[in-house]
Amino acid sequence: MKVRPLLLALSLTTALALPALADEAADKGLEIAQEADRRDTGYHDFKAELTMLLRNKQGEESLRHMRTNSLEVDDDGDKTMIIFDQPRDVQGTALLTFSHKVEPDDQWLYLPALKRVKRISSRNKSGPFMGSEFAYEDLASQEVEKYTYRFIKDDELDGEAMFLLERDPVDENSGYTRQLVWIDKAEYRPMKIEFYDRKNSLLKTLMFKGYQQYLDQYWRAREMFMENHQTGKSTLLTWKQYDFRVGLEDSDFTTNSLKRAK
Amino acid sequence: MRWMRVLVAVLACGMAPAYADVRGEVALEGRLFTQSPLDDRQQEGNLSLSGEVEYYTTWDDGRQSFTFKPFGRLDQHDDERTHIDLREAVWIFHDDGFEFRAGVNKVFWGVTEVYHLVDIINQTDVLENPDGEQKLGQPMLKVSLERDWGTLDVFFMPLFRERRYPSVDGRPRTQPRIEHDLTEYENDREEYYPDVAVRWSRYLGDWDVGVAYFHGTGREPTLVPGIDDGELVLIPRYEIIHQASIDLQGAVGDWLWKFEALHRKGQGPSFSAFTGGFEYTFYGLWEGASDLGVLAEVMWDERGDEATTPFNRDLFLGLRWVANDVDGTEVLTGVVSDWNNGSRFFNLEASRRFGNDWKLGVQARLWSHVDAEDPTYSLRQDDYVEVKLTRYF
Repeated sequence: MKVRPLLLALSLTTALALPALADEAADKGLEIAQEADRRDTGYHDFKAELTMLLRNKQGEESLRHMRTNSLEVDDDGDKTMIIFDQPRDVQGTALLTFSHKVEPDDQWLYLPALKRVKRISSRNKSGPFMGSEFAYEDLASQEVEKYTYRFIKDDELDGEAMFLLERDPVDENSGYTRQLVWIDKAEYRPMKIEFYDRKNSLLKTLMFKGYQQYLDQYWRAREMFMENHQTGKSTLLTWKQYDFRVGLEDSDFTTNSLKRAK
Repeated sequence: MRWMRVLVAVLACGMAPAYADVRGEVALEGRLFTQSPLDDRQQEGNLSLSGEVEYYTTWDDGRQSFTFKPFGRLDQHDDERTHIDLREAVWIFHDDGFEFRAGVNKVFWGVTEVYHLVDIINQTDVLENPDGEQKLGQPMLKVSLERDWGTLDVFFMPLFRERRYPSVDGRPRTQPRIEHDLTEYENDREEYYPDVAVRWSRYLGDWDVGVAYFHGTGREPTLVPGIDDGELVLIPRYEIIHQASIDLQGAVGDWLWKFEALHRKGQGPSFSAFTGGFEYTFYGLWEGASDLGVLAEVMWDERGDEATTPFNRDLFLGLRWVANDVDGTEVLTGVVSDWNNGSRFFNLEASRRFGNDWKLGVQARLWSHVDAEDPTYSLRQDDYVEVKLTRYF
């Protein structure tokens, strides 16, 4: 990565109206995103368990439980497998994704009752994941190339120093026009994301809580709380268990391995 | 016997289960037939209770597993539909691109929605549901190799499973009924004629392709008229067949493309058949979360009205609505029309979850304008609505 200390040193909190400075804002935004990506590269693979607590406007709750395996791929998006444990009727259903930097992801869904592997369209990025407030694209591998960036200003969140960036999805099928991302200056971790819908109205806010560090490098939030401002619904995603470098390989991410998933 | 020692050594490796799980489901099903039956021994309505339990254990760092899954049904009127089946009892060993399976297992080949043309490994459990998606467990040895050039599956199946049909009281069923006790085989070894199958599959960008070959007892019998206790019945006759098939699916933008084709020898004159079509999805309907899919599939069989399947000159048009809500609400509906003789078959399947452990499903099937030449002619009075409540545990 090319570091431009001169640009980083520039404070761009004012006078963004000038076109030259707009380019600098884009460069600085991209550099922050690249640095965050660089710091989160090289873990090779991990396994995790997660729960989703879905809550509607009336306060009714519904629980999802799943496991995920993930493998880093050099010069491409990650390979991931998600295996569903709850609700019970979808137990054993598994989703395999080969994510890509720019092209659409490849996705297969395994239906255990029929033992059937279906190719599914990854165009459906903005659709809700398991009826939750997370869209598929919110949970997909966050490749730098999937957005264009703009540094907005230095900011503060809960007393911590933040970069505030805007990022615009490159894919025209995204459900968002733009996202505002607060990244902490100390460790380059996302702390808060605001999602703006296709009409540019504030749709959702995602808050990251309880960051823990693994392998002395990789930060993972224990809780991700997504609130939908337009429907009053929310989803609390809790990561139960992270295991890094458990020895997952390409052969653990095939349609045959989908059929073995339980 | 060296391989036996290897097998024992492999099995013994870390014998203590690292993980074990029991899951299952119990379902109560009611069917209401909206027209009077063709045979007055048949009923207007039917209640039925079914259950399935699955025990799964894995050890040896997840390289080995064992699954045991019995199924049973109690039916109010149909003695044949009251049945049990071992759906699975399989030991799996896998390691880095190699997989071995031994035992009773279920394998699905195919991509289309309505007619599962190339799917042949498991016998269809037609007692469960006329949709052909329920299968009997198949004893087998299976080896899979995963390489850069794709996945190669090799099957050896020492025992054939006969298709079972509704009894006199059962509904929906053929007229005359099919008498399983008189089953005939082309080969003297009957159900002990061993089947072999090979399938190569791989993904190429947006496409998945599979090419397969099967030799052994055909799963789909030819039905020949016969006499049982002075009553006209149909007798299933199983032939030894050779079948080559291809299946193809692709996800291109909002389109899913599906195609299956086969060539079969040994069941009368050799013939070809295919089915294929698309599903186009409108995502985020009316700015909401739900999706609407439009489906179209063609079914063609060289044998025409002589085919052992009703899907011989047919066109399916359908809609799939997926709410993407908390309750997983889904509706699939459509009509299959035979363009040769005008027979039509309407189908609706809807389901919704209640809470974490319950699911309600509704199915409705009706046959209209059924031509006397069509294989579904004897089902013309068997229109029904099914309501099924399932409890998962």
